[in-house]
Amino acid sequence: MMKLYFVMLFLFVFPAQNIFANESSESINSLDSSFELLTSKSFSDKTKAIEAISESGHPSALGILSSLLDGKLYYGKKDKKIVKIEKIDSKIFKTFDPLNNDSLGEKKKRELRKVGINNKLRGLLNEKIAKLTIFSEDKKTRLQATRNILKNLNPSSVEIIRNAVKQESDADVRELMQICIYAADAQSNDREIKLNAIRSLSGSLYPEIGILLDKLNTEQLAKSEKDTELLEALDESIESTKLKKGFYKQIENIFFGLSLGSVLLLAAVGLAITFGVMGVINMAHGEMLMLGAYTTFVIQQLMPNAIEYSLFIAIPAAFIFTGLVGIGIERGVIRYLYGRPLETLLATFGLSLILQQAVRSIFSPLNRSVITPDWMSGSYEFNPALSLTYNRMYIVLFALLVLFALLWLLKKTSFGLQMRAVTQNRNMAKAMGIRTNWVDSLTFGLGSGIAGVGGVALSQLTNVGPNLGQAYIVDSFMVVVFGGVGNLWGTFFGAMTLGIANKFMEPFTGAVFAKILVLIFIILFIQKYPRGMFALKGRAAES
Amino acid sequence: MKHKPIIFRLLETDKGGRYFLAVILALMVIVPFCNLVVPETSAFHMSTYVVTLVGKYLTYALLAISLDLVWGYLGILSLGHGAFFGLGGYAMGMYLMRQIGDRGVYGHPVLPDFMVFLNYKELPWFWHGFDMFWFAFIMIFFVPGLLAFVFGWLAFRSRVTGVYLSIITQALTYALMLAFFRNNFGFGGNNGLTDFKDILGFDLQSDATRVALFICSGLAVILGYLICKFIVQSRLGSLVTAIRDSEGRVRALGYRDEYIKLFVFVVAAMLAGLAGALYVPQVGIINPGEFSPINSIEMVIWVAIGGRGTLYGAALGAVVVNFAKTYFTAAAPEVWLFMLGGLFVFVTLFLPKGIVGAVKNFASKSGKKIEPDANKANVG
Repeated sequence: MMKLYFVMLFLFVFPAQNIFANESSESINSLDSSFELLTSKSFSDKTKAIEAISESGHPSALGILSSLLDGKLYYGKKDKKIVKIEKIDSKIFKTFDPLNNDSLGEKKKRELRKVGINNKLRGLLNEKIAKLTIFSEDKKTRLQATRNILKNLNPSSVEIIRNAVKQESDADVRELMQICIYAADAQSNDREIKLNAIRSLSGSLYPEIGILLDKLNTEQLAKSEKDTELLEALDESIESTKLKKGFYKQIENIFFGLSLGSVLLLAAVGLAITFGVMGVINMAHGEMLMLGAYTTFVIQQLMPNAIEYSLFIAIPAAFIFTGLVGIGIERGVIRYLYGRPLETLLATFGLSLILQQAVRSIFSPLNRSVITPDWMSGSYEFNPALSLTYNRMYIVLFALLVLFALLWLLKKTSFGLQMRAVTQNRNMAKAMGIRTNWVDSLTFGLGSGIAGVGGVALSQLTNVGPNLGQAYIVDSFMVVVFGGVGNLWGTFFGAMTLGIANKFMEPFTGAVFAKILVLIFIILFIQKYPRGMFALKGRAAES
Repeated sequence: MKHKPIIFRLLETDKGGRYFLAVILALMVIVPFCNLVVPETSAFHMSTYVVTLVGKYLTYALLAISLDLVWGYLGILSLGHGAFFGLGGYAMGMYLMRQIGDRGVYGHPVLPDFMVFLNYKELPWFWHGFDMFWFAFIMIFFVPGLLAFVFGWLAFRSRVTGVYLSIITQALTYALMLAFFRNNFGFGGNNGLTDFKDILGFDLQSDATRVALFICSGLAVILGYLICKFIVQSRLGSLVTAIRDSEGRVRALGYRDEYIKLFVFVVAAMLAGLAGALYVPQVGIINPGEFSPINSIEMVIWVAIGGRGTLYGAALGAVVVNFAKTYFTAAAPEVWLFMLGGLFVFVTLFLPKGIVGAVKNFASKSGKKIEPDANKANVG
């Protein structure tokens, strides 16, 4: 898709520029004949046609080839005239002249037949389009063109690269072009060139190079006279490529682990406050996440024209809304149950059922779709073996932001001080004039509000439905208990450890089994360290 | 006094228990009679559907009694009791699957349908022996008991208590659910085990078998109740409640509290397994949903609503809640979760001792002497 996007971009920006443009009167003639070939059923005829069009130098050649690749080139069943189409609906197409984009009016689908292509032609098309775009003024287009050539390497395209590399000014593009040239040289018959090329390809991360080197290796091994120097060079290059790829795979795993850990952290950090700091087992915590996610949905419904900014409004909105719900729950139910954790568990579980059913009644039991803003989609490619998606990067950043904001609140504000005072010694805090009831409510509201904010983040990753919370409640408890109650850093390390452990086990065991193993591990871990990784010491631990 | 049969000694001070057992016994006579003897045209006829439904409630009652033993008396809030119920159910389900023999859709003489479907070549090792009833019968107790033993051994020795214990029991059943949902785990994946044909040679669909299963469930409830009652009334039982009320002191007096807890926990798990095993042939299916944490929490609410620490209260709660569930999920499915959720909140806030506690309270207000309350101490 990206490839096409760039081609389209090119078409849009440089509609008539073409480096190969020469005598156009001739080319129009040749295009007519190639159009005839395109209507043929034989793929070899079509190959000839594609070759001819790309060679023609016609200003629309690129457009024709890319619409052929997109499956937008049709021809009339009767007149065999090639047209470019734009779908109106499944039965009626708008047609255009492929040569000059003049509209030819609407036609019914059954009057037309598609110019079919197969995978081989698709490769050829990519290569030809790459050739036509390699001299573009846009760096990205040139890079993409070179990449496409690397994908279907053949002598003629390499010749183009050899020419292009001389006038290439950009270092990144030149490097990639150089790799193409080496890849071609590696298949050369001249031993010295071959050897040099193979050595130069060492550590290259492009999958095509990996395949090429493996192929050369088997070729060499099959030969009766072994060229040891060549084989050694091959081995070295393959090894170094593998090593590098393995390294990036590990980095990717760590990143996936961190992003899963961040999701867990966002889900659990609210619980770390209500459960960890206050000692209240809030089984409705998952539903707070769900409410946060639904707040995002509602905000997006309210401002459909500004989806890009909706998250910035959704975050405070979710915080305030779920925070208020939390305060309501604390005032209405939980405050009667302090000191009776198991009863609190049951009551809040009841609340979670009510909230779930309420959402089901209001929004329907089906999943709602929350739109991901453009700036969060896509991925950043560090190199061919490692690309990280933006939404995961933002989640990691966001989780850290939330964690630090909370730490700041707990450690640096007077509310945080009061909160810690109440949890450490309620009676003494009371004696010092702290309104403990009020602090309790606000603390619970804070924990719930943070959960709501976590829900906004989750809405970008998973389906938003009434069961969203349930999927996270067990995980959240695991994180808090594993990390150690009453310690935000414990929650942080707990979440990250579990996230990374999960992702590293997944390739060996599968996702579900990895999760089971993690659960079993936590069950065993708690036997050994009943108070988690970062247990509180001293008096606070006794309660 | 010493020469009285044990059953009288157990029930001597247990008025509620006497009523409870009387009701169960009465049901065991009336229900089969109404189903098999009373003609279908009569208003007193009871359809087989109702027999099975009441039988299902009885298995729930047994499950609730076993949960009450660990929660009401021992003070361990197990949020994973459904795991033991489910394992017992699966053990029975495996026996019933093997009983199908070559009558399955694929007609394989040994492999159950789902294994043929999933391209199993031979029976997994853990399926061997389940073609014999006595083996399955042992497994019904052995598997949940073993799980409870291993889990309890680890947990109680390292003194994991209270909320932490509750949460890891929840993790336990959650992990089991995830495992049983996997197709390659060898238990039928998310479809579970179903399409049972007969048990011990009797057709599962016939009225007589249903009634027999019903009577078995009734017997199991009575037996389970008496076992639990025996435990809590013995000297061991005093220790059990002592552990609930102040574990540290029991330990300081020199008792090995972890072994007492382990024993009670394992017994409760076995009873839950028996309940599961009786549940499966009556309902006709067992699937991994039984392991879902929600199910286990629902069981806790039965006990809470009935009144924990009384055993018969737990059974009462199980029947009441499930009757309401059956009624409301059919009549007003939207309302059911609101109601269940509301019940949780209402009971914990206003009826901390459940229905039984409320009735006792009412009775004591009208002039009777207040019974010493078993669950006054702070549980948890």
